[in-house]
Amino acid sequence: MLDQTRPATAPIVERCEALFSDLNFEAARAWKAAAPGRKVIGFMPYYVPREVIHAAGCMPLGVLGGGDQLEVIHGDAYYQSYICRIPRSTIELGVSGRLDFVDGMLFPSICDVIRNLSGMWKLMFPNVGARYVDLPQNFDDEIGGKFYRSEINEMRHWLSEITGRPASDDALRASIALFNENRRLVREVYAYRARKPWNAPSAEVYLLMRAGMVIPVEDHNRMLSDYLVAADSQERPLKDNSRIVLSGAFCEQPPLNLVKSIELAGCYIVDDDFMLVNRWEKSDVAVEGDPVANLAHAYLHNSNSTSAKFEPNPKIKGQFLVEAVRDTGAEGVIFAMPSFCDPALLDRPMLQNALKAANIPHIAFKYAENSGQMQPVREQAGTFADSIKLWSAS
Amino acid sequence: MTVITRPKALPAEIIRDASMAKQKDMLARHYDRLADAPQTGEKVAATFVPGNLNELIMCFDMVNNLPEVNAIQSGLRKQSGGYVMEAEKAGHSEDVCTYVKSDIGMMAKGNIGPNGRKFPDPDVLLLSYTGCFTFMKWFELLREQYKCETIMLHTPYLGDGKITPDMIQYMVKQLKQDVIPTLERVSGVRFDIDRLRENLRLSAKAEEDHVWVLQSAKNKPSPIDAYFGGIYYVGPIFGAFRGTQDAVDYYGFLRREVEARIREGKGPVTPDGDMKQEKYRLVVEGPPNYTHFRQFWKMFYDEGAVVVASSYTKVGGTYDFGFRHDPDKPLESLAEYCLNVYTNRNLPMRVDMLVDYINEYQADGLLINSIKSCNSFSAGQLLIMREVEKRTGKPAAFIETDLVDPRYFSAANVKNRLESYFQMVEQKRAGAHAA
Repeated sequence: MLDQTRPATAPIVERCEALFSDLNFEAARAWKAAAPGRKVIGFMPYYVPREVIHAAGCMPLGVLGGGDQLEVIHGDAYYQSYICRIPRSTIELGVSGRLDFVDGMLFPSICDVIRNLSGMWKLMFPNVGARYVDLPQNFDDEIGGKFYRSEINEMRHWLSEITGRPASDDALRASIALFNENRRLVREVYAYRARKPWNAPSAEVYLLMRAGMVIPVEDHNRMLSDYLVAADSQERPLKDNSRIVLSGAFCEQPPLNLVKSIELAGCYIVDDDFMLVNRWEKSDVAVEGDPVANLAHAYLHNSNSTSAKFEPNPKIKGQFLVEAVRDTGAEGVIFAMPSFCDPALLDRPMLQNALKAANIPHIAFKYAENSGQMQPVREQAGTFADSIKLWSAS
Repeated sequence: MTVITRPKALPAEIIRDASMAKQKDMLARHYDRLADAPQTGEKVAATFVPGNLNELIMCFDMVNNLPEVNAIQSGLRKQSGGYVMEAEKAGHSEDVCTYVKSDIGMMAKGNIGPNGRKFPDPDVLLLSYTGCFTFMKWFELLREQYKCETIMLHTPYLGDGKITPDMIQYMVKQLKQDVIPTLERVSGVRFDIDRLRENLRLSAKAEEDHVWVLQSAKNKPSPIDAYFGGIYYVGPIFGAFRGTQDAVDYYGFLRREVEARIREGKGPVTPDGDMKQEKYRLVVEGPPNYTHFRQFWKMFYDEGAVVVASSYTKVGGTYDFGFRHDPDKPLESLAEYCLNVYTNRNLPMRVDMLVDYINEYQADGLLINSIKSCNSFSAGQLLIMREVEKRTGKPAAFIETDLVDPRYFSAANVKNRLESYFQMVEQKRAGAHAA
């Protein structure tokens, strides 16, 4: 018999879904309109120090492409067929006026495409501030750390030009504390899902995390707390699914149907890297002392591994994925990389080698944010789930 | 079964300048030096063309090996297609950079260089992370194979269109605290800054003549082709010879050769001899295709099209705006060199450069060769095309090929596009004359 009970999480998830589907960013527009002088700063994946934006009195807005609901007309005219999808739908969002309320855009140094998009933004939208955020690939405090501290200070200066006032260190400390709370709650949701994936389906968790990109962090913190309570208030049916980690170095986001299809095919996603920015720092950023130094320190020494970051130690290349499997009790890894994503696709063989060495089963496929045909994904994921059940040692 | 065979036609002899022959000899010596390294005991540093620190590498008696150049050599020798497929068979995505796959495929097939001899394993991977994200993954992949030390040298991107003191300081610190100590350890040779100064002095000398040669294309007719020919001209300075007397001699020799061509009113030398009539002067953005290099070039010179300036010849260093390696500021100068390479410049800077080239070299328009493999170059090129057209009023065209993957070179399509483009230039000229 089908489970017909309305989940207790439904009202929260419905709100998240509405935010996810709203390509006009009405929530962020409403926040901006609610008080004079408010500014919204867009940022691209994977990571920017959102605390710095928040401390300046601005709202950080995650711009993660147009998904599968946006018809890209203008954007395709700016990109060749062999460039990934996210920049073209982002251009579409800009050209179509959907980002006309955004006062500045940040482009982190994650790949050549997003890097070049920063320059395109300067040329196409000369009245909107566009800033490239250069993240260090040297992880020594006195070298990469010093460079990143100066980069953060330049960002603060850039923001002060937009807002007309500098943000104080105290404001930055308060923002760090607020985002620490956000990251703590995000970690809690992930830990809860790893414990009870049947109670926190991945499509719900995905939408919950996406919501955090387009609403103020204070709202998101409440939403995360409410979700944890709601999810645990009701036992949903446990299915005989395999437990998998989904790895995609997700800058371009997968269609929601892809997330649902993997789960429908018999896989509980118990860890993922969909929204790297809200899990970037692995634990709290220090609040006391120099806030800029604390942010830089966290980036250098306490942040997640991903394909856009150099791994200085070859012995631990890919180990983060092995650890994710072990920590969550997963039985395998599904790689879902965006088509034409050089960093993720070049990284994949090395990650696969690390999994092979640890005897962890894995499969791989590619997607684009507007992929519509999910049958192959369901078949691959379903076969993978079955093979884990049939052949894994446990 | 009957097999009909036809006598093979001998390939037409390629016409070369004396400078090309001289360079061929230099490269042959370099490849032999590399192949001999296991016997001579010379240490090998693999590194990249943009951000190539040859002057520094030589301070440690090391010889450099450039995997991009090896991929180009494989492309020119029609071997890269097989190598790319070999890498794809091993699990590398069809979507990613074909330089990387050609290199990895070549390793899988024995790592044989252009001289038919095996490349030595590198002793160190000097990851000059300049203007291309793929470099980082490439050397992480090679590190798995070679199990040798890898040095990261991160060059900040000119996102705001300028070099800041923080950027220089960041790079100098990396050089002092990471790059130099590791090279000392790997090579067993102590760093001598005076030796570096001397190498930089030689670099600056060669750079002077190199810039003169590239700027000779402002003459009408242009004595050089600054794209196809330009690829030969940048060979020594982008590769293993910057900072050597060999490079100084080569660029002096090349300059005299080009001076003679100007005196004689000659156009560029092509594989089929001197170009007869200069009908179109073009600026080209993007790398060339190497698997069909000669065929590609022929499509230009058959139509009387000469490339007077190109961005690709700035990917291993941009010298035409005045930068020279400076022995008085050795480490700062290396940093500035890396920061200046073409693909490390933001899009507005790239547009400005191309617009300036069109104006200064009195070009008829811009041609973009968009490379499937190279996001660093390719992402944004359609906007670059629009901007350059808008600012110069000169026509622009767009063709698509790949660096070393022969599957992405469609001769008929490229030729068709080029012919249409030349017609467009003619029409524009006719319109200008009529007005």
